[in-house]
Amino acid sequence: MSEALKELGALIEVKRPDCVLSWDVSFGELNVDVAPSNLVEFVEYLKSDQNCKFSTLVDITAVDYPERAKRFDVVYHFLSMYQNHRIRLRVSVREDEMVPSIVDVHPSANWFEREVFDMFGILFSGHPDLRRILTDYGFRGYPLRKDFPTTGYTEVRYDEAQKRVVYEPVSLVQEYRQFDFMSPWEGANYILPGDEKQETK
Amino acid sequence: MMDGGKGFEDALTGEQKIRNFNINFGPQHPAAHGVLRLVLELDGEIVERCDPHIGLLHRGTEKLMESRTYLQNLPYFDRLDYVAPMNQEHAWCLAIEKLTGVEVPRRASLIRVLYSEIGRILNHLLNVTTQAMDVGALTPPLWGFEEREKLMVFYERACGARLHAAYFRPGGVHQDLPPELLDDIEAWSHEFPAVLDDIDGLLTENRIFKQRNCDIGVVTEDDIQKYGFSGVMVRGSGLAWDLRRAQPYECYDEFEFQIPVGKNGDCYDRYLVRMEEMRQSVSIIRQAIAKLRDCPGDVLARGKITPPKRSDMKTSMESLIHHFKLYTEGFHVPAGEVYAAVEAPKGEFGVYLVADGTNKPYRAKLRAPGYLHLQAMDHVAKGHQLADVAAIIGTMDVVFGEIDR
Repeated sequence: MSEALKELGALIEVKRPDCVLSWDVSFGELNVDVAPSNLVEFVEYLKSDQNCKFSTLVDITAVDYPERAKRFDVVYHFLSMYQNHRIRLRVSVREDEMVPSIVDVHPSANWFEREVFDMFGILFSGHPDLRRILTDYGFRGYPLRKDFPTTGYTEVRYDEAQKRVVYEPVSLVQEYRQFDFMSPWEGANYILPGDEKQETK
Repeated sequence: MMDGGKGFEDALTGEQKIRNFNINFGPQHPAAHGVLRLVLELDGEIVERCDPHIGLLHRGTEKLMESRTYLQNLPYFDRLDYVAPMNQEHAWCLAIEKLTGVEVPRRASLIRVLYSEIGRILNHLLNVTTQAMDVGALTPPLWGFEEREKLMVFYERACGARLHAAYFRPGGVHQDLPPELLDDIEAWSHEFPAVLDDIDGLLTENRIFKQRNCDIGVVTEDDIQKYGFSGVMVRGSGLAWDLRRAQPYECYDEFEFQIPVGKNGDCYDRYLVRMEEMRQSVSIIRQAIAKLRDCPGDVLARGKITPPKRSDMKTSMESLIHHFKLYTEGFHVPAGEVYAAVEAPKGEFGVYLVADGTNKPYRAKLRAPGYLHLQAMDHVAKGHQLADVAAIIGTMDVVFGEIDR
């Protein structure tokens, strides 16, 4: 399986050297890094080429890495029902950068791009109807960004006096529990109090 | 005044120009299958435009998952498609096992197949019968839910919960099945086809049912590719695409089953496909039980990501520490990203998991089949009667737990 994927990855790179930044096969899956400017053309190529035939869009999502300059990875999954293989495209973008929409190539991208916009605030240029989709009407902020608190900023309740639903700032009776169970022996890199010099050695 | 002589030309003035009518379908409509709000633009009774508003059941599962350990995240999957809970857990376990490289013991693998198929029957029973209710038949849901009740008892006997099972675990399943349970499931699998034939007798040749479903919501091969359909929406149109066969996971490759396909891609063919899939699932269940009987053994791959045996904990200090650390800190998953998909009853349910080497997922994206099916609602329902919208929603098999996440 992964032999065939390696062949496919090499083939795609040879055919489209201007689109593919890099590619690898890990965990039996083919990953391709693509530049945002060439995305639409590349997706179209993947859809029409006889060896690829990635005709089904499986998923579009994003991953937030706040510490990176190119903060977001927009991730596309495609499936070919004819060739029976999958591919993953990754596009790194800055926070202020726009990603070209692929709705014209895959109409199913419509809601996925709306969702990514809703959750991460990434704009898709050329999208016909970029509204919020999952969050509340009139919601503000982008919930799946790492700097958005899990509790959110507002809460909703029914006000008996006003006879309607009101929005209020979140007030927690108990602090949101974010336990840190990480073991000091493995995984976490703790500096013990008074042992800061350990780091400089 | 009434002879039409005066005021007749009123119909031609701008004031009385016939406009399209916008209505809200749902979110409290019983045929909306949950909290779906459709904004429909109607020309008479013909649907001109259909704009689904979703997210009324959005609970932020993906955000919550980022602050919980891998094991704590597992029960969230029961709450996605709450009609067939274990199939979703399966995708999560497969993703973790792919990253950690854990081999599931054969017995656990068989149990997973057994319960995935029970989940498939649970789902199809609900879908077929409630879709029939949407188009006017009241008896099928009553009969179907009786069988669902029996299946939920099997869920309960395996894991203690009727619905929110949390039974599939990374590395296997939580507990072994007692032999009596296997006997009872097998006895049920011999009774069930008769019930299925009863429902079949009520619906398949029923004139009203056929009038409401034949040639309604036709999906072509082109639509399938364009709108990213999966599962029964694909098979109803004649494409024999099934992940259990095309990209076998678990031990589906050693089971014998047929993949039913439809011909016309309409609601009626999808109904027929679902009925036949239930019969195939019954056959898989019987095969799995036969295999389980000759395959005793452990149901968890003992190691870092699974708890130690109870008896070991009583005698070995290391096991006790391991158990404590597993249920507080949780296990660590090596960094990497994977996509694991299963053929859930509704279609391809996938998990895209980005791990950063800690005990919590960095990002998990749940790919629900219903999300894409509902998205195509505008395309499929356009040009149909208002009454057909209910039939189409029913046949698309939407459940808002997984669509809104």
